[in-house]
Amino acid sequence: MTLRLRAAIVSIALLALFLGVWHLATRSTGAAANMSPEYAKLMGLTATQGKSAMPGPLDVGAKLWEHLKRPFYDNGPNDKGLGIQLAYSIGRVGLGYFIAVLVAIPLGFMIGMSPLISKALDPFIQVLKPISPLAWMPLALYTIKDSSISAIFVIFICSVWPMLLNTAFGVASVRKEWINVARTLEVGTLRRAFTVILPAAAPTILTGMRISIGIAWLVIVAAEMLVGGTGIGYFVWNEWNNLSITNVIIAILLIGIVGMLLDQILARFARMVTFPE
Amino acid sequence: MGRSMSTFDDPFDSDRALTRCVCGQHRSAAEHDHAERMMRCEPIAPAPSEEKRYEGVVASAVMRAVFPRDAARRAFLKSVGASTALAALSQFFPLKTATDLFAAGGPPEKKDLKVGFIPITCATPIIMAAPLGFYAKQGLNVEVVKTAGWAVIRDKTINKEYDASHMLAPMPIAISLGLGANAIPFAVPAIENINGQGITLAMKHKDKRDPKDWKGMKFAIPFDYSMHNYLLRYYLAEHGLDPDTDVQLRSVPPPEMVANLRADNIDGFLAPDNICQRAIYDGVGFLHILSKEIWDGHPCCSFAASKEFITTSPNSFAALTRAIVDATGYAAKPENRKQIAEAIAPANYINAPVTVLEQVLTGTYADGLGGVKTDAKRVDFDPFPWQSFAVWMLTQMKRWGQIKGDVDYKAVAEQVYLATDTGKVMAEMGLAPPTTSSKSFSVMGKTFDPAKPDDYLASFKIRKSS
Repeated sequence: MTLRLRAAIVSIALLALFLGVWHLATRSTGAAANMSPEYAKLMGLTATQGKSAMPGPLDVGAKLWEHLKRPFYDNGPNDKGLGIQLAYSIGRVGLGYFIAVLVAIPLGFMIGMSPLISKALDPFIQVLKPISPLAWMPLALYTIKDSSISAIFVIFICSVWPMLLNTAFGVASVRKEWINVARTLEVGTLRRAFTVILPAAAPTILTGMRISIGIAWLVIVAAEMLVGGTGIGYFVWNEWNNLSITNVIIAILLIGIVGMLLDQILARFARMVTFPE
Repeated sequence: MGRSMSTFDDPFDSDRALTRCVCGQHRSAAEHDHAERMMRCEPIAPAPSEEKRYEGVVASAVMRAVFPRDAARRAFLKSVGASTALAALSQFFPLKTATDLFAAGGPPEKKDLKVGFIPITCATPIIMAAPLGFYAKQGLNVEVVKTAGWAVIRDKTINKEYDASHMLAPMPIAISLGLGANAIPFAVPAIENINGQGITLAMKHKDKRDPKDWKGMKFAIPFDYSMHNYLLRYYLAEHGLDPDTDVQLRSVPPPEMVANLRADNIDGFLAPDNICQRAIYDGVGFLHILSKEIWDGHPCCSFAASKEFITTSPNSFAALTRAIVDATGYAAKPENRKQIAEAIAPANYINAPVTVLEQVLTGTYADGLGGVKTDAKRVDFDPFPWQSFAVWMLTQMKRWGQIKGDVDYKAVAEQVYLATDTGKVMAEMGLAPPTTSSKSFSVMGKTFDPAKPDDYLASFKIRKSS
């Protein structure tokens, strides 16, 4: 048996175990005693049937099937299918991330090539890097005065740092010999940047981009919960509002899957630019 | 028109004169024209091209009132510029009050509007007006947008993402006064609901029904500038507890309250419905009292718009107000409540079980302790924005230190709560508006006289010392 097959069997066993424990832990405890039928009619299942506030795997599965059957329904501005919500979120992330790439890579190049700029900007970057998206949100809403642009801004500001630092690091640590060879051959600065430094730093830059897309996807949920309207984050908030933990779990599952896919795409790009030394 | 100023001319053009109409018998050329058309039995509805100028008409009247002398007006306009002049004028003269008169009947300037709401039953008229067609009846295409919390709804309305919004009744007052935000003049053309809130406690407190035993407990309120905050503080203070030192009050968005109560982070809350009923429905809490037992007929939420929206789109605003007042009148009838509960329950609107909304709206509800109670006035709907409501809120803002220093109760109430205009719209919609804009009421047996707010304030023993 190959290692791969054995790993798959263990994965499935773990999943089955998890689902089993989940199912047992969320079984109902039986009808609550002495409740007049008239009163019981006005109460929810949690109160009358002793149903756990946490849905079981079967509830989640059934609900997930319902969502998958019609992912693109549109019942008005506050209720859209999961497919539409995910598309909105991915669109926002894409835009914010794209702007971050446009800013971070050239700026990272500059920082990496000049030790002076690197030292001068370092304190600012270190202070701005650890700020949570939710802390940026009120400021963005207040100054930008547009919630959808604010959400994109927050994605931008949170995903720009890993890319910036990795680009700078990658550029700064290109082997001196290569640059010296380029100098000896009298290659111009611009050509040197594109033909020597960029390929050499590309793996590090891609690693930064991969970290950033992960962060951007983390941020979108928080941002949309606050901004509302559309997106998977809004969906989580709207269902939390209704205390529908089933839907929240489904959203969590989908957020994980999409996040994984985004990461895999960048991992593939990263493999394309790696080179053996 | 020569050098004489017609009402339809730009009043902020510094080269125009401000004289009266051609014949001199009317205050303005517009009135002259109007009278002339009446005599000729011509239709007097304004031509479509003229509607845009209503705003100017009103502004012109205001300019004439403020600067009766042409020279002074011209000098003023030349020195500050027309737009600054308009802004300065609207600061101390409610242009809106006058604009509304002109706007009635004219087609809306803006048909596609966005109105924000928080998913609670207080917003019933705002929400139901969409699925039940009250907006469409006024020729409006309104998108009602669900919003995450009161601070967000405030910011989005100030940012003009929303044209008008569902707000807690004290919020437009706070925004207009610049409490917790930049001072931006807002106005309330309609109260959404009266009553309809409650104090819910966690199940473990079911034997602690005397507020005197509540020392050290943690309570959630939806927002600092809310009736919930003032009512809970009032209730606690009447029972001898100082809300600032004896208990902890926390601002928690309504949807998060039930989850927090279940997680034992709070002991109870004074919250809007459907949240109270939802806590009962899920077996997490029980209803201690309805807010109507503190003050029967208290306002809770309001429909609010910025003065800027009101002055720039007076017809849209008037149509919106008519739709809301109409919907509120419909919601006030008990026989319509079941249908409304079904209309606002889907995920697109409140997103709550129909049973919960029905219990809130019909007033036959489970109390969380095994009993079924009936109170048809658990929540009620009355659009009239009594100015005395605003005065009461101001006294409480002062009482708890939100306003420091003196406040002109009457002026603020008149600026923000548009009782006169609402009365007109109510009459138009076939409802019976009250004839006064102020009334006395009693809160926990203590009478409030809106004419003597300072005496009222001084009569409270427990208050924030400032």
